[in-house]
Amino acid sequence: MSQKTVIAASDLNLTFETNDGPVHALSDVHLTIDKGEFVSFIGPSGCGKTTFLRCIAGLETPTSGTLTVNGMTPDAARRARAYGYVFQHAGLYPWRTIAGNIRLPLEIMGYSKSDQAERVSRTLELVDLAGFEKKYPWQLSGGMQQRASIARALAFDADILLMDEPFGALDEIVRDHLNEQLLHLWERTEKTIGFVTHSIPEAVYLSTKIVVMSPRPGRITEVIDSPLPKERPLDLRETPEFLEVAHRVREGLRAGHSYD
Amino acid sequence: MRNLLPILTVLAVLVGIWYLAVAPMNVRVALDTVERGGAEVVPAGSATRRDVSVWRLMAQNAEHVPAGYALDRPRLPTPAQVGQELWKTTGAMALKGRAWSKRSLLYHGWITLQSTLWGFALGTSLGIAGAIAIVYSRVADMSLMPWAIISQTIPIVALAPMIIVVSSQLGVDGRGVPKAIISAYLCYFPVLVGMVKGLRAPALSQLDLLKTYDATGLQSFLKLRLPASVPYLFTSLKVGIAAALVGTIVGELPTGAISGLGARILIGDQFGTPLAIWSALFAAAILAGLLVTLLDLSQKLILNRMGMQP
Repeated sequence: MSQKTVIAASDLNLTFETNDGPVHALSDVHLTIDKGEFVSFIGPSGCGKTTFLRCIAGLETPTSGTLTVNGMTPDAARRARAYGYVFQHAGLYPWRTIAGNIRLPLEIMGYSKSDQAERVSRTLELVDLAGFEKKYPWQLSGGMQQRASIARALAFDADILLMDEPFGALDEIVRDHLNEQLLHLWERTEKTIGFVTHSIPEAVYLSTKIVVMSPRPGRITEVIDSPLPKERPLDLRETPEFLEVAHRVREGLRAGHSYD
Repeated sequence: MRNLLPILTVLAVLVGIWYLAVAPMNVRVALDTVERGGAEVVPAGSATRRDVSVWRLMAQNAEHVPAGYALDRPRLPTPAQVGQELWKTTGAMALKGRAWSKRSLLYHGWITLQSTLWGFALGTSLGIAGAIAIVYSRVADMSLMPWAIISQTIPIVALAPMIIVVSSQLGVDGRGVPKAIISAYLCYFPVLVGMVKGLRAPALSQLDLLKTYDATGLQSFLKLRLPASVPYLFTSLKVGIAAALVGTIVGELPTGAISGLGARILIGDQFGTPLAIWSALFAAAILAGLLVTLLDLSQKLILNRMGMQP
């Protein structure tokens, strides 16, 4: 295990017992994620991509296998506040202002008042929401709400950012814009990002590593290291290199489905 | 006020129906009265008229029907009579400086209001405490909830005398305490149900989010569950305060109480003064309306303060 390994999974299995018998949500998952990587998990519904992310976050417990986050168990990492988590729905508290929502984790973690204020303004700046501190969530568009929820995950400076289809509920125009912003943010903060998505262009555009998964049982079928440069303008997506990677992802997804 | 017109329309229809109903309801008493005054009535004699339908009496004595609208002790008083009686026992007495006289409805209303507020406070606290227990403990969920539901199937009129007997056996002086208990008994249930729903309102992902912050149970209660339950709380408080008032009035009926709106209703019944019953009834309705409106206004104010979408 190299010094730079942040997340390491080996022989990971997770089986849910349901009334219709056991469901193999994750089967023999091997994966290592290094510091500063942007890793996307892509695959059809039921392939276990969200479940895997939740395992990393300590929100689900694997049935067998080992999983470490920053060299700790996921639960210990969760207690050490090693990561920020962004859900598909922004889930901002309607009774808190945007600043109040970003302050939520800081209050819970016991940061001082002045530290809170400083972090709130810094993270709002980071997601381009400065000036919206006093607005309530319902006064913001869906895209802005999701940006606020990313700011909330960034506020306490965890090294890892876990994102579960954060832009899944947004329209494509907003999504493109947020993808671009997310890359800027990643560049500036040098975080390790785990990103679950349904969208091939999104995965290819954002990631340094694309993990293709397939369902029944949920497993990793292919891990593609992206040859794309770190500098990625939006029109990168029309280049042959981009299309080549997208093609490989699509092939990987198809291969996972060949038997059914 | 856009919704004032429909409200006034409904009110006008109700008052209209009431006025129409006064004639058949009062025709017998009216004919007895005018006959005693020496007027000609068909058929003559109160006993003979007992077998004749009110409709025929009205047809045969059309000229005496208006007398039914101005009786001293009508079966059904007119809205105007009730209004006059209400004014006579409240505003007029207050103007004469006798607002706290035993004959003033302000005095009786105040007695009832006190018990209602005590019962409301007690019932609301019990309801909220019960809801917290139910949300946080599976055991409480399984054991408390069925009993809470059963408690509401017992008719309160059957339970009220028992509560009074028990509390007097325990040496509790006065009727305030048993009345407040009966009131709380009716009031805690809507609060309990509403708060259980409110405390469970946050989505699973909201709770997961707090878990990713490694928040304590108390933190997630104070920062998430409690604020999320506020809209539900107010809805149930409005139902609860009306129930508390009903509970107090029911509590005043079998206690032999001599003060309170419930006692006024009972005394009015025993002494055959329908006007007293009706004015006490309306005083209770007005009181309930005021209390609910007050809660409604504070709900708007607080939710607005909290920034919840109006």
